Amino acid sequence: MNKHVVVIGGGVAGMEAAGQLRKTGFEVSLFEKEEKPGGHLNKWYKLFPDRRPSSEVKEYLDNITSGEGIKIITGKTIEKIVQNKNQFHISDKEGSEYTADAVIVATGFDLFKSARKEEYGYGIYDNVITSADLEEMFRKGSITLVNGRTPETIGIVHCVGSRDEKMGNLYCSKLCCVTAVKQAIEIREHLPSAKVFCFYMDMRMGGAYYEELYREAQEEWGVNFIRGKVSEVSESINNRLVIKSEDTLAGKPLKMLVDMLVLMAGMEMSEEGLKLGDSSGLKRGDNRFFSPADHHFGSNKSNLKGIYYAGTCTMPMNITETISHARAAVMDVIEYLKES
Amino acid sequence: MDRFGFSISKGRQIDYDANSRHIAEFISEREPSFRVCIECGCCSATCTTGNFTSFSLRELQILMKRGENEKVRENIKKCMLCGKCTLVCPRGVNTRNVVTLARQAFQKFPANAV
Repeated sequence: MNKHVVVIGGGVAGMEAAGQLRKTGFEVSLFEKEEKPGGHLNKWYKLFPDRRPSSEVKEYLDNITSGEGIKIITGKTIEKIVQNKNQFHISDKEGSEYTADAVIVATGFDLFKSARKEEYGYGIYDNVITSADLEEMFRKGSITLVNGRTPETIGIVHCVGSRDEKMGNLYCSKLCCVTAVKQAIEIREHLPSAKVFCFYMDMRMGGAYYEELYREAQEEWGVNFIRGKVSEVSESINNRLVIKSEDTLAGKPLKMLVDMLVLMAGMEMSEEGLKLGDSSGLKRGDNRFFSPADHHFGSNKSNLKGIYYAGTCTMPMNITETISHARAAVMDVIEYLKES
Repeated sequence: MDRFGFSISKGRQIDYDANSRHIAEFISEREPSFRVCIECGCCSATCTTGNFTSFSLRELQILMKRGENEKVRENIKKCMLCGKCTLVCPRGVNTRNVVTLARQAFQKFPANAV
């Protein structure tokens, strides 16, 4: 009989892992909490750095996970994994149980809840939005203020919820800088006369063609970069947003009026991952993400034999890294099932 | 008020919307590489003038971009146009031309130069 592997989480990591496991000849069950698989990919319009439509990646993932050998079970949140000899008993929120010979945990990340950063006024001022809200506007094809008007000046705040001890996140989410640059360019594409200002602490463009995109934003799209984190946002009498930061390179405080402010929400361990991990005895690090057995040569291994990690439940990753990480998790599963 | 030892100090804050960026725009249109500066400071580090005076091309460039032109107007004259800054710039900004254009712009817009 074919061995059965359960993959928890139907985002990029989970779908890729499921597809590769099936290729290898395993029976796969892929659990997704939402009504359809795809995870955060479903919310995004285009991807950095080449502005490829996210639907292309989704299409690839749908292809590798469709057909026989993979059962996709949506609308189910897995809450616990219990090991009994060589079998894993997996239970969902409703109490249904499933069994597996091996498990891949791919519970992914949640976007930082920007309302926690009260000084930016998300949820208080209408035209303070997040990077995910902006993607939705891109998908709809129109960037508008709440009153229906088109914004002329747009500010982008980097590091919202990242590198912020007060928010409990010391780490850098590492994808928000390039997302900011990508979105700044897309705003200029949609609204050629709009002015865009990115407020950053450091520009962390550590990926293939990220720095080039940053340069393109400056050179071809006239995006302005101001080094200094926005310290507070308030509303002016005519409903514009007054933002204050220090221009640390000019060495002076700066005040500016914008029509719209976009917050680059960072990545946090997902709530489902937290619950599942804690009830199943999976170790987590100080950053709350799952802590792999070895960060150099065991980045997919958990502290429990037979349970492996794939993707952003271990750290912030881009799609390329997530797919590689998911494939590597499959290698670990193959090795484990060969032994057992 | 001066007689009582009081004075009103001008705010240090950059009021971005009140400032005019015509000098920076004049330069940017003629020397597009002006836009790709990442404020690394290589130009200022190698600058002979900067070694003997408080002249910093890095600082002057960002001040023009924010419309804080007052300080730039006098200081930009200190440059000797040796061009070492252009040699070291990692982003390929034609800094020497930026200085030349800035001087032209300040001559062209004397009244608005504040």
